[in-house]
Amino acid sequence: MTPLGELNALVLGFFIVATIAMTVTRQVGACLQVFIVQSLLLAASAFLLGAVPFSWHLFALGCVTLLSKALVIPWLLRWLVPGEIYRKREIGRTLDTPATLLAALALTFAGYFFAQHLVKAAPNLSAGNVSMGFAALLVGLLVLAVRVEAVPQLLGILAMENAAFLAGIAIAPDFPLIAELAIAFDVPLLAFIVALLTRIAYRRMGTTEVGALSTLRERSR
Amino acid sequence: MTQSIALNLVQLAFVLGLSPLFAGVLARCKEIVQSKRGPSILQPYRDLYKLIGKEERLPEQSSWIFRTTPYLVFATPLVVTLLIPVLTDFPLFFAFAGDMLAVGFIFAISGFFFALAAIDAGNPYGAMGASRTRMVGFLAEPVLIIVLFTVSFVASSTIPYIVQQHWVHPVSNLFAPSHVLLLVAFFMIILTETGRLPVDNPSGHFELAMIDESKALEFSGRSAALVKYGGYMKFVVLAVVFLNVLTTPWGLANDAALLSILAAIGFVALKILVLVALIVIVESSYAKLRLFRIADFLAGAFVVSVTAMLAELLHL
Repeated sequence: MTPLGELNALVLGFFIVATIAMTVTRQVGACLQVFIVQSLLLAASAFLLGAVPFSWHLFALGCVTLLSKALVIPWLLRWLVPGEIYRKREIGRTLDTPATLLAALALTFAGYFFAQHLVKAAPNLSAGNVSMGFAALLVGLLVLAVRVEAVPQLLGILAMENAAFLAGIAIAPDFPLIAELAIAFDVPLLAFIVALLTRIAYRRMGTTEVGALSTLRERSR
Repeated sequence: MTQSIALNLVQLAFVLGLSPLFAGVLARCKEIVQSKRGPSILQPYRDLYKLIGKEERLPEQSSWIFRTTPYLVFATPLVVTLLIPVLTDFPLFFAFAGDMLAVGFIFAISGFFFALAAIDAGNPYGAMGASRTRMVGFLAEPVLIIVLFTVSFVASSTIPYIVQQHWVHPVSNLFAPSHVLLLVAFFMIILTETGRLPVDNPSGHFELAMIDESKALEFSGRSAALVKYGGYMKFVVLAVVFLNVLTTPWGLANDAALLSILAAIGFVALKILVLVALIVIVESSYAKLRLFRIADFLAGAFVVSVTAMLAELLHL
């Protein structure tokens, strides 16, 4: 393996650990920070894969990721969602921490074995990216399943998106740039809308627990 | 052969002589971070000297376990020192007498007797501390075992001297994901095993919150000194395993010349001081975890270690 490939493997290892950490960090603010780290790792993987042979598509993708996921989205979420939510601990989780971690480990293994078929079909892609991307995709789904607050749920969707990109940059390194730019605009917009909704829901109901929001309530003022 | 036995004795002297110093530096640095002056870095030596000179009192109902445990706690780090590369990167006399698994088991013996002695003393806090240490210990065990599995997969051996050679050869081995993740897990284990924050507060004086220290409450005089000394040495031995075997296997003597041994003493001491600085940062930035959150902390370490093994097995 080339030195860059080995460095990429290290980035992939940290990527999967960061994704697993998103399932268990208690504070919403910490979850956001881990998401930023995960996005930085995605950008690093894109730069490392795009260096040799040089691919400006991957470099552009890395820059777009840095800009939209590591800067714009965290800033939007910090700006729109009230500060108390970030300081609050999330208590009403559906699974406790050790069970979540075990499930995450099982999903990592499962993701790896699913990805093997893809890797076999196209042997010249970066196998590590595809398998860890798949594994992180499943762990991202677990974030959606175990977390009940709105902001971590949004971060779970975004983590899945990062994971899909991690696999994607290995499968299609010459991805048309227009698609990258479309996604770069699309995702902050999603974050903007969800953050705005969260803000309104928090004002009205005093909670951002997604499960609690599904029941209609009428309250006389 | 005489030479390698002599070098083993030098290693013992290194661990015996400098371990209180590192404890002193750690305590002093922590105080400085909190904008206090703190005790001199030589304070642990003075404490030990004072305690050795004091009269020893034994609890009335205690048995031979209580009386022999301090010697065991003192001796185990020294036995482990014989097995690991403290100053040299070539195997010494006892190098093949035991591997890293043996290191874990030897420490388990002293841990077992220490817990028994704490119960033997009849102090309720001792029994509480003993049961808590056992809880933390058995949660830390699987992580340690997985870390050692990963090491044996990576280096095809668990003899510390051979493992250490494996990271030196292509330097890129050092940055393999399995290795880096393994280091993270092992660092968390060191924090747990030596009773540092966020698992246990080493400077706490509140018996109800103690984990590690409440076991030593009943020891006095020379026993207290031995138990304390054993604790300092255990930290240095674990740090040496972390630094010389797993992280940075450089700066060790590769021949038995006096000059290279002296240089190795300096380098190893410097590396341990860097680790001490890292621990100061960790201890100053984390609060102590609640007892039942320690399971979460160690579950995190477990996941990291399993990911390390996964990365190694899948040739990531």
